[in-house]
Amino acid sequence: MKLEGKVWRYGDNIDTDVIIPARYLNSFDPKELASHCMVDIDPTFSQKVKAGDIMVGGKNFGCGSSREHAPIAIQASGVPVIIAASFARIFYRNGINIGLPLLEIGDDVEKIRADDVLVVDPEAGTIEDVTTGDTFRAHPLPGFVQDIARAGGLINYIKTKK
Amino acid sequence: MGMNMTEKILAKHAGLASVTAGQLVTCRLDMVLANDITAPPAIKEFEKIGRPPFDNTKIALVPDHFTPNKDMKTADLTKAVRDFARQYNIVNYFEVGHDAGIEHVILPEKGLVGPGTLTIGADSHTCTYGAVNGFATGVGTTDLAVALATGEAWFKVPAAIKVVLKGKKPQNINGKDVILTLIGEIGVDGALYQSLEFAGPGVAELSMTDRFTIANMAIEAGGKNGIFPFDEKTKEYVEGRVKTPYEPVEPDADASYARVVEIDLAALKPVVAFPHLPGNTKRVEDIGEIPIQQVVIGSCTNGRLEDLAIAAGILQGRKVHPDVRCIVIPGSQQIYLEAMEKGYIRTFIEAGAAVSTPTCGPCMGGHMGILTAGERCVSTTNRNFRGRMGHVDSEVYLAGPHVAAASAVLGRIATPEEV
Repeated sequence: MKLEGKVWRYGDNIDTDVIIPARYLNSFDPKELASHCMVDIDPTFSQKVKAGDIMVGGKNFGCGSSREHAPIAIQASGVPVIIAASFARIFYRNGINIGLPLLEIGDDVEKIRADDVLVVDPEAGTIEDVTTGDTFRAHPLPGFVQDIARAGGLINYIKTKK
Repeated sequence: MGMNMTEKILAKHAGLASVTAGQLVTCRLDMVLANDITAPPAIKEFEKIGRPPFDNTKIALVPDHFTPNKDMKTADLTKAVRDFARQYNIVNYFEVGHDAGIEHVILPEKGLVGPGTLTIGADSHTCTYGAVNGFATGVGTTDLAVALATGEAWFKVPAAIKVVLKGKKPQNINGKDVILTLIGEIGVDGALYQSLEFAGPGVAELSMTDRFTIANMAIEAGGKNGIFPFDEKTKEYVEGRVKTPYEPVEPDADASYARVVEIDLAALKPVVAFPHLPGNTKRVEDIGEIPIQQVVIGSCTNGRLEDLAIAAGILQGRKVHPDVRCIVIPGSQQIYLEAMEKGYIRTFIEAGAAVSTPTCGPCMGGHMGILTAGERCVSTTNRNFRGRMGHVDSEVYLAGPHVAAASAVLGRIATPEEV
């Protein structure tokens, strides 16, 4: 499946506290979380983001807390895929587990700018920057982690194994 | 090729003779942990799987983040955890008060995590239990939900960084100086997807409290886990405390490491991590005059009796600076009681500190000490991200209990030698 969307561009070490500050963790309703997503570094994000927009970050995206509320907040904002130079490991697991594709592309990420339009095939790991004409390939998911992603997340995957 | 400590624990729990870095394995779990923020969504996902909990003695539920509950919404969250614990007779449910406290303080304290064991927790600081020679790592709510039902989790065997500690630890240095110096050196993603394995003669210089502080912050270098070898101090700590069988692990002489980092304990100075990353480490002696309005001493990083003893030693006979609110939070009821018996609590109160019941509270901006715009706090907690303790324009400086207590007295970030 190919996804096309406009880029929301963020820097290195985007931590889970700025993705969804702890003061909003008194709820785990995805819509409620989405309404506060990124508020501490980008107060306009939650109002302006459109379904299908793509989030792009630098190194160590999602560092910090294990709160799955963070990828859920981004997913519930309508973002279908996140691209970064690298992801923090708990965030990476959580993304896969909830069926939110996360693509790691290393330093290539520096070529992607805010508001570029990307066409992304998460399963193939291919990214085309329609605005600049650049193409990128993401590091593949290891082994059965691909099966979890394909099942749409860990709960679905476990149910099929029962 | 031999195995390191992390590989040995993962291999054993996967039922394999050996594993190597990069390998995907499914492991059985000795302990599964969640708190009042992460358990409620995990319970909801758990119910979708449609199986009972895998073992009611191997699950620990600790309402500690927004507790004692700060409002009705968080009271609802905690009730969901309590109801689940009652429904399934979860033995290790730690109700506020009672013999409870902060999750990563009480799990080791009650002997629920031991050498060679494998624990996952829906809290990133679960890596704390590497201090007792266990493998422990943080996960999200979906992994936790599946673990509650199956008692298993998948792992990619991490490559390891060997952190060789050498030299004699000076009197005024503690675990926080060690770990903040290490993160300052390798960076907040320096151990991304990797384990930190501590080694060398310097390990013997570190108390168990130092080791808990260090392992606790492995995640702040991006690490999957941080693990200490088993020695006399570990043995003394776990004996009589850990009631289930355990088997310590030691690295093979030919174990493989992606990288070796050396830290000379003798060369360390008291340090502080500037906003807004735990790796912005600077020596306190180099930073000049930075006025502060709040000090927090406590948390899963530095809320143990030895931390309180260090702080009390500095605050004894002195006063908290009039411009500073100093909040002291013992990590557990047992620590609170021991601190009272040793006179530390009296010292804190006489010095003008506020002493709180055990809670994560201010560490993640929950309650009990939230900062407003422009305020600075020296905190013995583990994160200083933007907005972590409250307003997006407030600042958190991470330090050990020695620097925190000295700063509380002087109203600026200071070393203990300055008071």
